[in-house]
Amino acid sequence: MERRTFLKIGAGTAGTLLVPVFGNAIAAEELLNPLASSFKKSLADTAMDAAKKAGASYCDVRIGRYLNQFITTRDLNVESVTNTESTGVGVRVIAAGAYGFAATNTLSPDAVAGAARQAVAIAKANAKLQTEPVQLAPAKGVGEVSWATPIKRDWRTVPVKDKADMLIAANKAGLAAGASFMTANLFQVNQQKYFASTDGSYIDQDIHRLWAPINATAVDKASGKFRSRAGLAPPVGMGYEWFDVKPEHKIRAAGGVTTLYKGGYDIVEEARNAGRQAREKLTARTVDPGKYDLVLAPENLFLTIHESVGHPTELDRVLGYEANYAGTSFCTLDKWESRQFNFGSKIVNFVGEKTTQGSLGAVGYDDEGVPAKRWDIIKDGILVNYQATRDQAHIIGEQESHGCSYADSWSKVQFQRMPNVSLVAGKNRLTPDEMVKDVKKGIYILGRGSYSIDQQRYNFQFGGQLYFEIRDGKIGQMLEDVAYQSNTQDFWNACTAICDERDWRMSGSFFDGKGQPSQVSAVSHGTATTRFNGINVINTGRKIG
Amino acid sequence: MTILTQEQTKHICDRVLSFSKADECIVTVSGSRNGNIRFARNQVSTAGLADDTNIAVTVAFGKRQGTATINEFDDKSLEKVVRRAEDLARLAPENPEFMPAVGKQDYKASQTFNAKTAAIDPEFRAQTAAYAIEACKKNKLVAAGFFTDGTNFSSVANSNGVYGHQDQTSLDFTCTVRTEDGRGSGWVKRSASDANKFDAREAADVAIEKALRSVDAKALEPGRYTVILEPAATSELLGYMLFGFDARQTDEGRSFLSKKGGASRLGDKLFDQQVNIWADPWNPDVPVLPWDTENLIARKRMDLIKDGKVNALNYSQYWAKKKGVQATATPGNIIMAGTDKSTAALIANTKKGVLVTRTWYIRMVDPQSVLLTGLTRDGTFYIENGKIKYPIKNFRFNESPVTMLNNIEEIGKPVVIGGDEVPFQMLIPPMKVRDFNFTSLSDAV
Repeated sequence: MERRTFLKIGAGTAGTLLVPVFGNAIAAEELLNPLASSFKKSLADTAMDAAKKAGASYCDVRIGRYLNQFITTRDLNVESVTNTESTGVGVRVIAAGAYGFAATNTLSPDAVAGAARQAVAIAKANAKLQTEPVQLAPAKGVGEVSWATPIKRDWRTVPVKDKADMLIAANKAGLAAGASFMTANLFQVNQQKYFASTDGSYIDQDIHRLWAPINATAVDKASGKFRSRAGLAPPVGMGYEWFDVKPEHKIRAAGGVTTLYKGGYDIVEEARNAGRQAREKLTARTVDPGKYDLVLAPENLFLTIHESVGHPTELDRVLGYEANYAGTSFCTLDKWESRQFNFGSKIVNFVGEKTTQGSLGAVGYDDEGVPAKRWDIIKDGILVNYQATRDQAHIIGEQESHGCSYADSWSKVQFQRMPNVSLVAGKNRLTPDEMVKDVKKGIYILGRGSYSIDQQRYNFQFGGQLYFEIRDGKIGQMLEDVAYQSNTQDFWNACTAICDERDWRMSGSFFDGKGQPSQVSAVSHGTATTRFNGINVINTGRKIG
Repeated sequence: MTILTQEQTKHICDRVLSFSKADECIVTVSGSRNGNIRFARNQVSTAGLADDTNIAVTVAFGKRQGTATINEFDDKSLEKVVRRAEDLARLAPENPEFMPAVGKQDYKASQTFNAKTAAIDPEFRAQTAAYAIEACKKNKLVAAGFFTDGTNFSSVANSNGVYGHQDQTSLDFTCTVRTEDGRGSGWVKRSASDANKFDAREAADVAIEKALRSVDAKALEPGRYTVILEPAATSELLGYMLFGFDARQTDEGRSFLSKKGGASRLGDKLFDQQVNIWADPWNPDVPVLPWDTENLIARKRMDLIKDGKVNALNYSQYWAKKKGVQATATPGNIIMAGTDKSTAALIANTKKGVLVTRTWYIRMVDPQSVLLTGLTRDGTFYIENGKIKYPIKNFRFNESPVTMLNNIEEIGKPVVIGGDEVPFQMLIPPMKVRDFNFTSLSDAV
């Protein structure tokens, strides 16, 4: 589920005391000093020794340094620039068959040993309430290893002025093209994560992510109407080279209605298109409700995948651990056990993975030290697997974890989070333009709009950013007031065509919320442009007052 | 060190201000101790206690501003955080919309602290979970829930002589109860700043009763129905609508309160006569800090909707100056006027209708009309001739709170509801509303 936790960052920029929730603001020059691996190993060993002496049968230690920078702009003004840092150690143990967790922001041997002992005490207290002991899937220690997001340009080395100038240039382009108001933000994340466990792993990782959301709003004061067009480009697991756009990074949308991006992003060009299209939306034709064949661009379908496939195949939801918050799932164990549950049509194949370069979920190892991997979740339309962590693997008969453990901070306990969940590209050669040729009455939808799904992930309603009529095989005029409604299983069984690998690309969610207290994670979803036949479209236009 | 006294924070604020060489300096000292317990599948899954203290310093040189924070309190650290903020301010571009720090404010204390809430300990939390779990086990039901409590303090000061300090307490409990076969589900939420007003048994019983009653839900055709919306069903809808009460957005033509030709709907009768919504930091049921934490402006009672008319808009300092009006503090709570009628009385007065326990996954579909979509969840029932007849399947709705507040037939007694995705403490009545727009059915239980 996408939560609104971080809207505060963008919305709160006028409030000078509203520091983002990630950590302590720091000066720019302090961003580039990492903690030495030898120091981290020594701290981790201290914690693990203390835990074992206190009675733990297992211990893992996560030493995290989380660095972020947020730049927010509105029209031609920079509203805020904030650097934040959060550093500390989280210790998780199993003692007496139960979990315990404790954390400290003091990086000293005494403090981490104290946290380890506290975690063991908590585990022993929890054991009294435990009905069955924690059962971890085997994980062979990997020794001392490291992994880093393969970036070419570190955002921390780029002057703030250059970034601010780029965002202002985007706003300027959007305003010139027809927007009445523009915003452009830049979220930059670096997670330096060290994981050690009593299985014999010492894993040092350096993870980078970026997101530059823009928004154009056009207002017609005479009619009192206003419309917005948000950016279509994805958040990425890349360095600042994301903005070094080359011609091969640009993708022509079906019918040439706009430009899309893969591997590099021209934010100024995108802002110009957004400004123009926001203005066009003011006079676009309102949709006639009814059944349509929908041609969904990856920039729209990713969020539908996230909500209707990613979340219901989380094993902790299936088991009921999120019943009070994010909800449960219709993908119950009996459906999986039957090996006959028709999640989608035969061409629908979903994989879980944390390996695709440039994706938000890409890591070398998860937060339990399990190497990143790829596995089938939906195979030829049938539900065949879930997303699992070490303590869940035995429930679904797996010999090893899927590597789906994640915590958003050193101070929070790791738990099951969604990997990249992606729709496999079609086997037959098919471009989006060729797909449109087969559509008599349809709508081409791009971008993420409003999104809502029930707590077991059956009934959903999704909007978009751009809608174009498809009539007799041709993309026609822009439409507005469009939302599609369906039931997850009906929808994926109505999937009739998927474009091939050439059109496959990832979009993603930067702030996906789950758990109590809530944690966020970032995850990508890949797909090619895909067609769904006979989907119910409603008209969302209303008048008030 | 977590909970500092007023004397201690005053000393810290004075030291920070004395170290600043900038044109102006704003400091916030805050701390919290938050405990929680989470349970699912009729057993405790996690429990924790988190302590945190923080100092945030914002300085300005002309129109350049920087903010830094630290969690150390010795003089050296205090000076360091001021220098960091000054460094950032020098690096930051000028903000043409920069507004100077506010002058001295009159912060009239609100009753945000309660000793019993502050004394909540692990045993209290465990007992709260145990009530729900044990009662569910007895009834062959499955409980999942979360209880969290907090004791916080906040001190603010600036170089213009502003100073304020308050202690706060809060608690929040949610519990979802499901039948073992997954055919029924009930839910309850309770929020309070005073633990004396929280009864874990009463709360758990509500969720249990809803779960038991919701089994074997029948499908009703989607369409427009008279609905009785419990307070948790409308809290997020109202919250979304109130985001649109921003004067700048309205004047710029991008709020539902903007009108053709560029005017605003301020003063227009946009809602039913019975609708009165205001903010009041001193309300004893939902007390909040007497200052706006973003700009330190003193909060006052603010009538947003009066007898159905749009009565006030929120003016930021920048926009207020531009428009030549007084800047307003952002509300911390939302209070809606009601009556003494219980939800049961509203049901008893209903010939045919739908009772909605809560709404879920609400998102804005069209900000022009505040059209929102979402679903009902954990207890939706059909009412006939003043009685709950049978449970019904959940609906998706597409409805605007503006329309909803125009279609009010009857209002009940307000209750406290903490916001989930909306950042307000709320005191909201159950409402009977005609023509509520359900657009499709959901099989989710």
